[in-house]
Amino acid sequence: MSKLLAVDNLSKRFGGFVALDNISIAVNPGERVGLIGPNGSGKSTLVNCICGTLQNETGSVRFDGHLLDGRNAHQRTRRGLARTFQLPRPFASLNLVDNLRIPLLYTVSVRGSVGHSPRAVEGRCIDLLRQVGLEGKASRLPRELTQVEMRKLELARAMAAEPKLLIADESMAGLTHSEVEEILSLLVRLNDQGVTIILIEHIMRAVMSFSQRLVVLVSGRKVADGDPNDVVRDPEVERAYLGQ
Amino acid sequence: MRSDLFFLVCLAVGAAIFAAALALGNDYYFFAGYVVLQYVVLATAWNILGGYCGYVNFGSAAFFALGAYSTVATHKLFPVPIPVLVIIGGAVSGVVGFGMGYLTLRLRGAFFAIATLALAVVLQTLIVNWDFVGGSRGAYVVRPEAIAPFGSYIKYLFLIMMLLAVGAITVARVIERSRLGYGFATIRDDELAAEASGVPTLRLKLIATTISGGLMGMAGAPFPYYIGFLQPSSAFSLDYAVNSIAMPLIGGTTSWVGPLIGAVLLGSLQQIATVTISSAVNLLIVGFLLVGFVIVAPNGITGLVKKYIQHRPLGQVGPRRVDADADAPGRVP
Repeated sequence: MSKLLAVDNLSKRFGGFVALDNISIAVNPGERVGLIGPNGSGKSTLVNCICGTLQNETGSVRFDGHLLDGRNAHQRTRRGLARTFQLPRPFASLNLVDNLRIPLLYTVSVRGSVGHSPRAVEGRCIDLLRQVGLEGKASRLPRELTQVEMRKLELARAMAAEPKLLIADESMAGLTHSEVEEILSLLVRLNDQGVTIILIEHIMRAVMSFSQRLVVLVSGRKVADGDPNDVVRDPEVERAYLGQ
Repeated sequence: MRSDLFFLVCLAVGAAIFAAALALGNDYYFFAGYVVLQYVVLATAWNILGGYCGYVNFGSAAFFALGAYSTVATHKLFPVPIPVLVIIGGAVSGVVGFGMGYLTLRLRGAFFAIATLALAVVLQTLIVNWDFVGGSRGAYVVRPEAIAPFGSYIKYLFLIMMLLAVGAITVARVIERSRLGYGFATIRDDELAAEASGVPTLRLKLIATTISGGLMGMAGAPFPYYIGFLQPSSAFSLDYAVNSIAMPLIGGTTSWVGPLIGAVLLGSLQQIATVTISSAVNLLIVGFLLVGFVIVAPNGITGLVKKYIQHRPLGQVGPRRVDADADAPGRVP
């Protein structure tokens, strides 16, 4: 099967600090991959390199058969690579519908998969808000939302870009048990619709129940990649999480 | 309202103002009105980059002066009608705006603002040392006393500036309600999230600097005919840089109405102060008003009005409108 995402020997340095050291990861279409690691292990840096927020120094990122190196973040999003942020970054001055309108106008319309008419775009926005349970707050501003609603908005905005691959960066951080379940079921539903998902998360319960495969980063290196049950028993992973 | 209809309404309002000034039968109103309209164009142009995108430009005077000096240079080479000079001035300033954008838009906040200020200083130095356009000595542009069918030349200049103001306001409104306007708003709110949503932020910022610079240059192009004698200190005056920022901030930066209100209010006050007290108090007025608005209405007059509408008790006329302006963080760039 051809890989949807192929990260090959990717490295990233910040001055003398090696944030990512020869990372290679491959993701199949429709797969649910968990990406874990202690704080500072390079998870978000890897996401930023894959999504184009940061440019990698060596190695390559290939997505859906296209080499992404040197491409801007918006060009990668248009190719079908969407992400959420660790801390929600809504467009503060735009209401919820308009927050979702942006990826529809700048990504989906460009691909031609949704009509340009304002009515078609608005209808799609409302539909997406319905999917995440926020249709009742369509005309509200993001600052009026709760933490979990903000996370849902973040996911809905990523979904609006109609991605082939969604990278959810700590979408459940700071949420209660039931809220985590809500977000998880949302991600599973999305995956059922054919979207490949990489989940970066510290909540192991969520990661274990969601992931079909688990990748572990420690100090910028990949130390494990495989079945979640095997990976969590890996001595190096245990050492990274529990110490010597 | 559709954009073409909006343009026609603006034209009708402009025509009514022109007719009212004619009815007053005193050319002074045309002289004063020209300055106010010039500020409407400048404030609207500044707001396209500063208000919509959140990039504060301290170099408005440079773009204005470029328009003015384009007129001086073209006038010396081959005299052409003012509307052509306006297009040339707009093109020159638009190209410089594009160049400035290309060089500086990777900067944000205070760094971008300082870079625009530096551009103004560099351009002023170039003009001061360019003898062809008069250098530090200045240049005379003698305007005809009269022009058919307007009679005095100032009426003609007023009409040109009125058309420019109508054009600038229409452009701002069209942008505000378009895909481009949404893109600008995301740049103002969060550039990283905008890129992640597929918005080509750099391209949009270049469009904003080009349109903004072009409109400022257009405002400056008729200026040598208005003033008669152009020198660097008058074309690069601090008044233009300060007013083009203060007017949108006082009126409100998130909509085309804000700069219009700010320019009419502040421009008129300055004209009244000029004839009743002294032109020296103009910037003092701006300073006092700006401090007052930062304290009382940080989102400007339009923000204040929208806040009032939003906080209307339930049961009053109309639904509760949720608007981006009131209290929204980061609204004032």
